[in-house]
Amino acid sequence: MYSVRQWSVTNSKHLGKFYNLFELALFKLHPVFKAIGYDRLEKPVRVIEHAVKGFLFDCQMCGQCALSSTGLSCPMNCPKNLRNGPCGGVRLDGHCEVKPEMRCVWVEAWRGSALMEDSNAIRQVQVAVDFSLKGSSSWLRVSRENAAAKALLDQAGEV
Amino acid sequence: MLDHDKIHPGNPLPQKDDHLSCGRFEQVLREGHFAVTAELAPLDSSLATDVYEQARLFDGFVDGMNATDGSGAHCHMSSVAMCATLANVGYSPIMQISCRDKNRIAIQGDVLGAAAMGVSNMLCLSGDGVQVGDHPEAKPVFDLDSMSLLEIIRGMRDKSKFLSGRKITSAPQVFLGAASNPTAPPIHYRPDRLAKKIAAGADFIQTQYIYDIAQFKTFMAKSRDLGLVDKCFILAGVGPLASARTANWIRTNVPGIDIPDVVVDRLAGSENQKLEGQKICIELIQQLHEIEGVSGVHVMAYRQEAAVADIIKKSGVLGDRKPWYPGIE
Repeated sequence: MYSVRQWSVTNSKHLGKFYNLFELALFKLHPVFKAIGYDRLEKPVRVIEHAVKGFLFDCQMCGQCALSSTGLSCPMNCPKNLRNGPCGGVRLDGHCEVKPEMRCVWVEAWRGSALMEDSNAIRQVQVAVDFSLKGSSSWLRVSRENAAAKALLDQAGEV
Repeated sequence: MLDHDKIHPGNPLPQKDDHLSCGRFEQVLREGHFAVTAELAPLDSSLATDVYEQARLFDGFVDGMNATDGSGAHCHMSSVAMCATLANVGYSPIMQISCRDKNRIAIQGDVLGAAAMGVSNMLCLSGDGVQVGDHPEAKPVFDLDSMSLLEIIRGMRDKSKFLSGRKITSAPQVFLGAASNPTAPPIHYRPDRLAKKIAAGADFIQTQYIYDIAQFKTFMAKSRDLGLVDKCFILAGVGPLASARTANWIRTNVPGIDIPDVVVDRLAGSENQKLEGQKICIELIQQLHEIEGVSGVHVMAYRQEAAVADIIKKSGVLGDRKPWYPGIE
């Protein structure tokens, strides 16, 4: 919902902090997820993730969540799907050129970003979207990838 | 019999050591000259002679000319074909690539194809939405954005690889450009976004129309503070306004273009509005020329292409320099 989406950006500082803790929890749960099986978990987690993030951010389930780098303003709501916005067509009142009734997703992103702990994350260039991931769970991916990254680090430490 | 080994599209210049392309446009910028580029009128024709006719309007006054890619989301001759046609006689065209109409497979193919035809400058754009064009019912592609497109072409050039990682046997030697709109919200962050474009691979920047010099100076000051003017060449966008009515129409209907009241009032109060618009444009070019870090101007004279040469001449920014064109003595 549009008003909730804007509320989330306004409260990006606290929501961002909460997400950092949540991401840590996902990482800790990796052994549990692994035991149950990521494939088996994909469908139920996807449903919950879509419900929560759909409500808070109008999440489009791109499967490669960038919210923590975009001030909690979902870039997939940009009519041009820009991952590194805003484009040059932003109206002087900060609204979208394609959907004049909507505030530019990326004007909102810079607003939300300034409030967050890691306000520089938005300055990183985001790579092209992988459309083959659309519809899959970002949460499970984060858990899996963080665990894999840690395993690599541990391995490097042992050598 | 045709000797294929002897075909060199556009008879490219020898590439200098620290240059990314063999194009004349890059050479002019790297030699420290104040460069001038202009936007070609989009063509609704299938004749190569029409391309040359448009290019000739700028002969002797520009270092590069932009071929738009479906400008304003309207159908026109493709930028790949226009640029290939121009490169064939030695011009240094700037091929605009919009992410609106083609996905990553098509675009990477075009980059190789255009490079093979002698095109050595490419400008990466996200593109206007389809709703402003003559086919609002079309499917908007937007598989990439201008930033990821820059990264991809840089990867093709510097690593000889497609986005997929697959090897390219002969990398496209291209000078990469991007756009910037210093006067659109969030104004405070526009230099940061410029920094991102440079990080993604932009070697030169062409900006949206600048009519508010004070605001642009603020943008340039922050860009200088961020060290951006040392990492890329910035060409400021300018264009003559045909009348106060046109200016008002643009302000209301073209998002992202800010024309201050003082400009519109000056047009409205003049006897010959068209001439006054060109005069304003000349003055803007002269003012932009004085701003530290501005490497040139990009003239977008929509439906006034024939006036471009005169505008540049009167601005005096070229000094004694005469940009190359086919047949120059």
